[in-house]
Amino acid sequence: MNIRRFTLIFTPYFWLIALFLIPFIIVFKISLSDPALAIPPYTPNFDLSGGWSAIGTFFSQLDFENYEFLLTDDLYWKSYLTSIKIAFFSTVFTLIVAFPIAYGIAKAPLHLRPMLMMLIILPFWTSFLIRVYSWIGILANEGILNNFLLWIGIIDQPLRLINTNIAVYIGIVYTYLPFMILPIYANLEKMDSSLIEAAEDLGCSRIGAFWSITLPMAKSGIVAGCMLVFIPAIGEFVIPSLLGGSSTNMIGKVLWGEFFSNRDWPVASSVAVVLLAILMIPIILFQRHQQKENMNE
Amino acid sequence: MKYSGKGFASLALVALSSTTALAEEVHVYNWSDYIDTALLEKFEKETGIDIIYDVFDSNEVLETKLLAGKTGYDIVVPTADFLSRQIIAGAFQPLDFSKLPNSKNLWDVVQARIEPYDPGNKYSINYMWGTTGIGVNVNKVKEVLGEDAPIDSLDLIFNKKNMEKLAQCGVMFLDAPTEVIPAALAYIGEDPDSKDTKVIAKAEKILSDIKPYVSKFHSSEYINSLANGEICVAFAWSGDLLQARDRADEADNGVEIAYNIPKEGALMWFDQIAIPADAPNSEAAHKFINFILDAENMAAASNYVYYANGNLASQEYLEEDVIGDPAIYPDKATLDNLYTLTTYQPKVQRFVNRLWTKIKSGI
Repeated sequence: MNIRRFTLIFTPYFWLIALFLIPFIIVFKISLSDPALAIPPYTPNFDLSGGWSAIGTFFSQLDFENYEFLLTDDLYWKSYLTSIKIAFFSTVFTLIVAFPIAYGIAKAPLHLRPMLMMLIILPFWTSFLIRVYSWIGILANEGILNNFLLWIGIIDQPLRLINTNIAVYIGIVYTYLPFMILPIYANLEKMDSSLIEAAEDLGCSRIGAFWSITLPMAKSGIVAGCMLVFIPAIGEFVIPSLLGGSSTNMIGKVLWGEFFSNRDWPVASSVAVVLLAILMIPIILFQRHQQKENMNE
Repeated sequence: MKYSGKGFASLALVALSSTTALAEEVHVYNWSDYIDTALLEKFEKETGIDIIYDVFDSNEVLETKLLAGKTGYDIVVPTADFLSRQIIAGAFQPLDFSKLPNSKNLWDVVQARIEPYDPGNKYSINYMWGTTGIGVNVNKVKEVLGEDAPIDSLDLIFNKKNMEKLAQCGVMFLDAPTEVIPAALAYIGEDPDSKDTKVIAKAEKILSDIKPYVSKFHSSEYINSLANGEICVAFAWSGDLLQARDRADEADNGVEIAYNIPKEGALMWFDQIAIPADAPNSEAAHKFINFILDAENMAAASNYVYYANGNLASQEYLEEDVIGDPAIYPDKATLDNLYTLTTYQPKVQRFVNRLWTKIKSGI
């Protein structure tokens, strides 16, 4: 094998090892350790200077008791469930909002499309944190939305939006919307419009053509968009802590608590490893789906 | 990140002009809204050392950075109970008092109270101290609870009957279990510093009962919310509540804030300046501490943030609304009624935090 081929093949593996495998091994190792009042705050630490015997003791001190601990307390699985639930419904809402937008852009005159795409991407030029903070201003009891609704007379008491799950949903849908629009748009744009014409010529209704032609053809874009929203939403920390109330217990907040309040890095790491395992399932399903898709083509 | 970025910038600078001497830097990590920035400028002018100033709003964040090591900070300001644990973990270097001639200004009364946390007062000097108590929007609370509302009592926030009514104008609590749970224990007559999980568990009923009426648990938002009238009660740190009072005065929005130390007793806490063991520039850090210890500088800091300090010599430079305010410098009787807290063992700490999650989220 010549060097060129080797470099070509090895480069992606190198990044995978450097950016995923090694950090994962470190986190996994901490999850098997015990907390300690020291720098770093866990024990044992890897020490090569002690020779083989030190390495032996090092491994003998690792155990799975932190994972057992996660099972003893309702908090963890309930938080995982809340996170999955919030991520799932956010994904559904995002899809409902994003699909018509993507469809509209794909059907817009060719010369307008770049500008419409620009409008979708433009908010990304502002810091994510600032955009989430602005939502506090919009949703607050004395905020823009409530003042507007009071002014036009739809409500006579301010709606309680901030610090509720509704605010978390709004925040997630808003933040991740472009991740859903872009892949769906990319799919719809490639679609051959003569297929729809053909369907209609053959007596299919407009709605029927949408269900049996447009939607199936946009499927891989929809799946990709859902993954891009669901996976980061599950571990979301910033949005629930800024917009959510104290009863919004997503796993990101639990993880924060383990790290910062309990100073228990080993338990925090095991929470993270379990979260990773939960996230792997949709990714594997997605991979399978992609493979099947490729085989069909 | 920030630190290495700076490194690159200075490397580039060296490459560009070898004649320019590199400016010395001191990296300070302090609480948000906790210093008069004019003081920082004064220090830079006097010493020629650049200050890189970052802020945090919870001890937990600071502690996690310290325990991870290599923070890149030369000065940090943990609260005393956190500090004592961090000393054991080896996070700090002992101060070199020969470089701190102004340490003669320190107040022995406060030093003595800090001694249990920092044995021999070797690792830290006091920056500010204060109490955790109740800030109220006087008019709104009286509107809701009547003229004789117990604004100087824990009964205001821990009695369900009062909280039911206060919910309509908004109540915030610190999101800090080690502040709120001891206060709940003091309210029911238990030892706030108890380490017995059976005693600590008694706080749950009090707090779970009032939780539905709390708009938010947060450790900094209440300053603005109280000042602009969005909430009417906050259980929080004295100086922050006094800052809220001043912001409301400045805004002239008709909001009148008052801070009271609860008559059942309150937590007395100390924010301590210390130097991390691996500080990149411990020399400059000592200069900074000595600068802060100067009587006039320390007084300027207190006049700005409305917290008392542990610097006796500074008292003659304090403004009357600071030194004369019993909410900041309490009289002897109130001072004797204040309690201090020692650190929890990890198991008890986990119990306290778990209880807190249970109170807040019901799980």
